[in-house]
Amino acid sequence: MKKGQDGQQSSLPPLLVKDCALITIATGIRAQNLRELRDRLETVQPSSIYYHFWGRLLSPSFEQPEFNNDFAAWARHGLHDYVLAERLAVVDPTEFPDLELFRQELIEIIEERLYESAMVPWAKTDQQFYFKRSKIVVFDTKQRIAEPKMLPHVLPSLSLSSIFYHFIDARRRSPEGVDDFSAWLDAFGETYAVLRNEIGSIDLYFSTMPEIRARLSQLCILHL
Amino acid sequence: MVDLTHYAEVAGTDVIEHLRQLAALLTGKRVVHVNSTQEGGGVAEILEKLVPLMQQVGIDTAWEVISGNDEFFSCTKSMHNALQGNAVDIPESLLKVYEETNAQNAERLRETLESADIVFIHDPQPAPLFQSCPNRKGKWIWRCHIDIRHPHRRVWKYLRRFIQDYNASIFSLADFAQPLPHEIFVVPPSIDPLSEKNIDLGDNEVAAVYEEFGLDLERPIILQVSRFDRFKDPLGVIHAFQLAKKFIPDLQLVLAGGGASDDPEGEVVLGEVRVAAADHSDIHVLALPPDADRTINAFQRGADIVLQKSLREGFGLTVTEAMWKGKPVIGGDAGGIRLQVINHHTGFLVNTPEGAALRIRYLLSHSDRMRAMGDTAREFVRENFLITRHLRDYLALMVALVYNVEERIKLS
Repeated sequence: MKKGQDGQQSSLPPLLVKDCALITIATGIRAQNLRELRDRLETVQPSSIYYHFWGRLLSPSFEQPEFNNDFAAWARHGLHDYVLAERLAVVDPTEFPDLELFRQELIEIIEERLYESAMVPWAKTDQQFYFKRSKIVVFDTKQRIAEPKMLPHVLPSLSLSSIFYHFIDARRRSPEGVDDFSAWLDAFGETYAVLRNEIGSIDLYFSTMPEIRARLSQLCILHL
Repeated sequence: MVDLTHYAEVAGTDVIEHLRQLAALLTGKRVVHVNSTQEGGGVAEILEKLVPLMQQVGIDTAWEVISGNDEFFSCTKSMHNALQGNAVDIPESLLKVYEETNAQNAERLRETLESADIVFIHDPQPAPLFQSCPNRKGKWIWRCHIDIRHPHRRVWKYLRRFIQDYNASIFSLADFAQPLPHEIFVVPPSIDPLSEKNIDLGDNEVAAVYEEFGLDLERPIILQVSRFDRFKDPLGVIHAFQLAKKFIPDLQLVLAGGGASDDPEGEVVLGEVRVAAADHSDIHVLALPPDADRTINAFQRGADIVLQKSLREGFGLTVTEAMWKGKPVIGGDAGGIRLQVINHHTGFLVNTPEGAALRIRYLLSHSDRMRAMGDTAREFVRENFLITRHLRDYLALMVALVYNVEERIKLS
């Protein structure tokens, strides 16, 4: 239902604010060298790949990490392969329509590195890569955002996990791969097209959750 | 008792609201925690805070402690060491005491445990209770607080049979886990920012504690707070101090720790440390009582640098405590210390006394860097290692178990 007229906006449904909690699970799958990493990547659950790129945003982690995904960090600190670490660090999952294609890209990068290497890089026993995944519990906060003009007031007070659910997890849920805020604003037609575009330009992959919340709030204050 | 809302001032109001909403999904459920000591050691410390907080978010939560004689605790201490990698074989007679003690405790606790919706069994000591409670109503979770990635295989094989039938396990890091035929959750532990051990103290109180123990706050002080345990490497700390003192003659070292009622080896190690420190007037070895939380707090606040030079470590809550007080930490490159000490950001990871000495010298000659690292460390703890995050993880995994969540679940 797309509406372009202001008069019709009140009939549009409010945005239901949800929240979530992520629980980290050890899969028991691990790798000690690069070849093992490639082999495990071929079979590991997609949710594990997702976790090592996105789940870290809601897990204990350092705010300014050296690398934005766990594979790159392990290549650097576990395997001491700086070239591979840089190559893995620059892969951006948002450029891939689904996790299977993304998985293939990761495997491709590792294959290439294995081909280049005279020896298979190894990690010490206590520096192995442990594959993790997560479960997500989603619940209704009972909070409703009736109209976009409320966003500047509500967004700064939303929990980081709520922002994660609506802004990052949403891309996995919706067929179009868009976040919940943009999808909701889209229902108002062209009225909020500029804001939608601005939200779409937030660089997710290189942002922390507090930064994402702050940026979203800034944009809404600016445009609403 | 501190009210949950007081945590909002430290952790943020959104965090507290999040906890309440998550807890609402568990209304009416009854939870029981079981461990083997009421005081001393990290587990009792966590439960002391976590249990009242779970009650405050509306969950009926109880904490039970199993009892045992000296032989039982000698057996479980050996088990603890073996699980952390020491090749300790435990005599059959002691294993028999272990099983019998658990069977006796089960007689007392059976009704409570069998009727609970969720039972958390902490560490190996009470693990056999599961088998002694055949009419279990709820989900049973084994919470392992120690690093068992390289266990002495014979002891792990023995213990595994008591654990494998649990509904789930929890480890502090994924790396610490052993393969088990059930789901393994990863939940790092935490500190309570409002406890006696971590609450803000005035400068006068800190100075009074240092004066009481004959330490000079005007001179540089390095500190390690931990149980007197070989895995904490107190002798390595003394060695590092000796190396650094050649360049910083004013340097003082405080080794402060207490024992736990389930650790009979502490006295032996304390004796060894006292011998090693005997000829050094600037090394202060302090055996503190279990209730010396405020004193430890003052020591951590007054120190320039905190060390935790463990060779093996479950998580290392003393690291978290020091970081919360804005101190850079020089930590052993082991276990959960790696999760907290982000090399060159919140402190330094070291592998030898020489490495520790080098970093002590570096930090004491770069006070601006020391302050910046301390500030970063405090914020890192605020975001990741406060008890509110710990409670959230427990609530989330309880919801996941109670509602049989596969990958995701939406609850209204």
